[in-house]
Amino acid sequence: MNQRVHYLGRHNPEITLGQKIWQLNWGMMLLICLIAAIGLGMLYSAANGNFDPWASKQAIRFGVGFVVMLVVALVDIRIWFRFSYLFYIGALLLLVGVEVMGSIGMGAQRWIDLKFIQLQPSELMKVAIIFALARYFHGVSQEDIGRVTFLFIPLVMVLAPSVLVLRQPDLGTTGMLVMASGAVFFCAGVRLWKFAVVLAAGLAAIPIGWQFLHSYQKNRVLIFLNPEQDPLGTGYHIHQSKIAFGSGGVFGKGFLQGSQSHLNFLPEKQTDFIFTMLAEEFGMVGGLVLLGLYILLMVYGLAISLRSRNQFGRLLAIGLTFNLFLYVFINIAMIMGLVPVVGVPLPLISYGGTVMLTVMMGLGLVMSVWLHRDIKISRHGVHDE
Amino acid sequence: MPMVHEDQDRHKGFTRRVLMLTCGKAALLSALVARMYYLQVVEAEKYKTLAEDNRVNLRLLPPRRGKILDRFGQELANNQQNFRVVVVREQTPDLVATLDALSKLIKLSEHDYKRILRDVKRKRAFVPVTVKDNLSWNQVSSIEVNSADLPGASIEVGETRFYPYGADFSHILGYVAAVSEKELTGDPLLELPGFRIGKSGVEKYHDNDMRGQAGTSEFEVNAYGRVIRELARNEGGSGREMILTVDAGLQTFVQQRLMSEQSAASVVIDIKTGDVLAMGSVPSYDPSAFNLGLSSKQWNKLINNQFTPLTNKAIAGTYAPGSTFKMIVALAAMKEGIGATSHTAFCPGFMKLGNARFHCWKRGGHGHVNMIEGLQHSCDVYFYDVSRRIGVDKIAEMANKLGLGNRVNIDLPGERSGVIPTKAWKLANIGEPWQGGETLITSIGQGFVLTTPLQLAVMVSRIASGGKKVIPRITRGYRENGKAIAYEQKEFEDLGIPQEHMRMIYQGMDAVSNNPRGTAYKYRIREEGWELAGKTGTAQVRRITLAERQAGIFKNEDLPWRRRDHGLFVAYAPVDNPRYACAVVVEHGGGSKSAAPIARDILRETQRRDPARTSAISFDAKVDVNNASGDS
Repeated sequence: MNQRVHYLGRHNPEITLGQKIWQLNWGMMLLICLIAAIGLGMLYSAANGNFDPWASKQAIRFGVGFVVMLVVALVDIRIWFRFSYLFYIGALLLLVGVEVMGSIGMGAQRWIDLKFIQLQPSELMKVAIIFALARYFHGVSQEDIGRVTFLFIPLVMVLAPSVLVLRQPDLGTTGMLVMASGAVFFCAGVRLWKFAVVLAAGLAAIPIGWQFLHSYQKNRVLIFLNPEQDPLGTGYHIHQSKIAFGSGGVFGKGFLQGSQSHLNFLPEKQTDFIFTMLAEEFGMVGGLVLLGLYILLMVYGLAISLRSRNQFGRLLAIGLTFNLFLYVFINIAMIMGLVPVVGVPLPLISYGGTVMLTVMMGLGLVMSVWLHRDIKISRHGVHDE
Repeated sequence: MPMVHEDQDRHKGFTRRVLMLTCGKAALLSALVARMYYLQVVEAEKYKTLAEDNRVNLRLLPPRRGKILDRFGQELANNQQNFRVVVVREQTPDLVATLDALSKLIKLSEHDYKRILRDVKRKRAFVPVTVKDNLSWNQVSSIEVNSADLPGASIEVGETRFYPYGADFSHILGYVAAVSEKELTGDPLLELPGFRIGKSGVEKYHDNDMRGQAGTSEFEVNAYGRVIRELARNEGGSGREMILTVDAGLQTFVQQRLMSEQSAASVVIDIKTGDVLAMGSVPSYDPSAFNLGLSSKQWNKLINNQFTPLTNKAIAGTYAPGSTFKMIVALAAMKEGIGATSHTAFCPGFMKLGNARFHCWKRGGHGHVNMIEGLQHSCDVYFYDVSRRIGVDKIAEMANKLGLGNRVNIDLPGERSGVIPTKAWKLANIGEPWQGGETLITSIGQGFVLTTPLQLAVMVSRIASGGKKVIPRITRGYRENGKAIAYEQKEFEDLGIPQEHMRMIYQGMDAVSNNPRGTAYKYRIREEGWELAGKTGTAQVRRITLAERQAGIFKNEDLPWRRRDHGLFVAYAPVDNPRYACAVVVEHGGGSKSAAPIARDILRETQRRDPARTSAISFDAKVDVNNASGDS
């Protein structure tokens, strides 16, 4: 093996592109393709057995996303390490951008129209924040993590985008940003009592935060707490979703046979409520199969993070895996009435461009961690030995 | 510190934390699976039902209302196709333009426009909204021809009740109209838009029979209520066809004949069967007007008409029977042993009772009269005399026996009972003891006595049948699934009146019409074999004051309509072998001379047509009327 000294660290084994491709995690890619195929099938069904308007577009996006994933996976992790703050700052600027565009009178927006895709900076931020935190905690020694002063910078890194996203207002994404960041903090070794303090402070802040919620958001929370109070109004979505879900039974009504979905009782069936449709048409069996595939994917992410020999890679992989978990859990819990309807899509399945792109990017990064698992990166980003 | 060691430490800590995190994740995912199990296994049946409820809409199909036929099968009420033009909002690019184009073909008022636009706004885009109902055939064809210029407009066919005889039958048949709030019983059929129920007459009495069973149609609908497809259909059953006792031809004649007066009623009964062959009440109204919807102006006109066109006077008008009541008094007297020919009374033109004078209608008096002469001349004093001897309660007993004072329970709604006073009745209802003079007043059918024309016809039927308890009816049976079912009739029981008493009454009534000195000789039937026997009656609606009597002003023609006497005539025919009984009441007709010619013409026409002996609808089976009728 050609032992060249890399500027980020010595004694790192250099691998060629060919070897990388050979070592790509094919099992993981198969899982991703399986999940995406299920998604395309459900979008086909959502359009009453048509590829248009959703399945065909989504297939193209998946193709593009797949290429992006591969490219991201093959890029050396040290380059990602170098650009992680830049990436974070870029995403933050885009967030500020939509905020400013909203306030100068173009109407409240969550996306930037790039013609071929409506880019949602908040979705990008879900990846960028993990990047930034992973890089930060990579450079902090175990003793330093114990010190409160070292937590100040990463807290600001989390709070800045969170506040911006909350102002959009997007409760679901804010929650995901905070929780995924929390997971990185947790795995980086931040003391447990500090989480307790933050949690207590957060609970205390709920009555204050309630004031800042929009009326429709308050409604959603109230409906969640008491769904029967308004079965035809705001509670209609979740009520119909539960009917569709429950009526699927163990084996479901069959592909293209979901009466709730096809007769339009089920709202947003191509986006947030697509899992409901799957559960109606394929029953509990279908739901468990998809859930199983997701769990397998997460197990891959977990294994990769444990296998990595650098803290950056470990935190990156675990953070992104946790992100995936949050998507899946919040979405499915939401459509089953376990948590309020907050607008979190099901990754790789729900119709939507940005989410597909960021999820594929995240998976690509996890693969990159895998491919570069044996590369060591020094704490300060430069070789010091 | 070497980097390798430091990283190993970090890795250890990391692994521990990751394990903790993974446990948390596993717990949350287990919660998801538990929830899935709860929804899709434990609660699955409940949600399956809810999903079916969402998907399937049950719609009632209104059944076809049963027709009404006369005794010979003539249709008196049927259902006619009714064309209406509807618009569907989502099928027209410009609703107002379509309406404008329509209004060139059919007249649409400002009011129509408002209503249509309001309905369209309320309903979903694919629901048809009625633009105009009851289109003529010409209007339908002109809309069809111009359909290219009328996007969104189309013709729909429905059914409406139609009455071929119009106003001639409205009091018997009644009418149908939209269900009112009060009439809702929870039966979903009644809540169908456009559903009609019977509001009076046969339509009301046999409403349940004629209504039929509603069909159902199961539709699959989407979340917006649009029908995707029909899943199942059950046509239901049409209602029963009611077969009446009435002869449509005779009914038309009676109604037309009564129209020579402003307000009158008449009933013709077959005394052998109790079949009501005709039942007239004038003025009448157009029954289809109610079906199409009355304007408040039309309604007020009907309500405020002093001749009460909405009341079926034959069963709901109560009148003092006047001298037609004298047969009752005569029969009661004979029962108490007063001989028809042996007992006479002297009539000087009045009778004194205490200080009061009770006048005979004839100023000079009739001299000595017996019962038959008393009937023939309608001598009031004779009946004063006998009634004083037997008392009011004996008279009331006989009156009740012959069908007065109580409802005769004909199968029509709204029948009234009238009044036959007794001593106890007065004490109970007025709170005063009976006065002797009131017995005299009662004996000439005045005072408290009130009867309906139907009761008078029943009275004559019971007399003419030789004392049988004739019970009138207006429905013979019904036809269902092609089978005609008769309402079973029991033989009329005998009232126990001796035939020699009856013969006295026959003689008296015969003399009224066929003796040159009888009160109705002028109005006899001349055709041999068709002669009638009758009794005149004049009912005062006010007391003739002494001053008027002395001034000689009691000519009815000089008085306003409301204060004129009622004219009555009861009769049976033919005199030798009675078959038909008839009663005529002319409200404020000024005396019996208004009623007698009408009764004569009706009985002549009845015998000419002879409906009782003409073959009518024959029946396949019999059924007890009490078990057959829907709301008796």
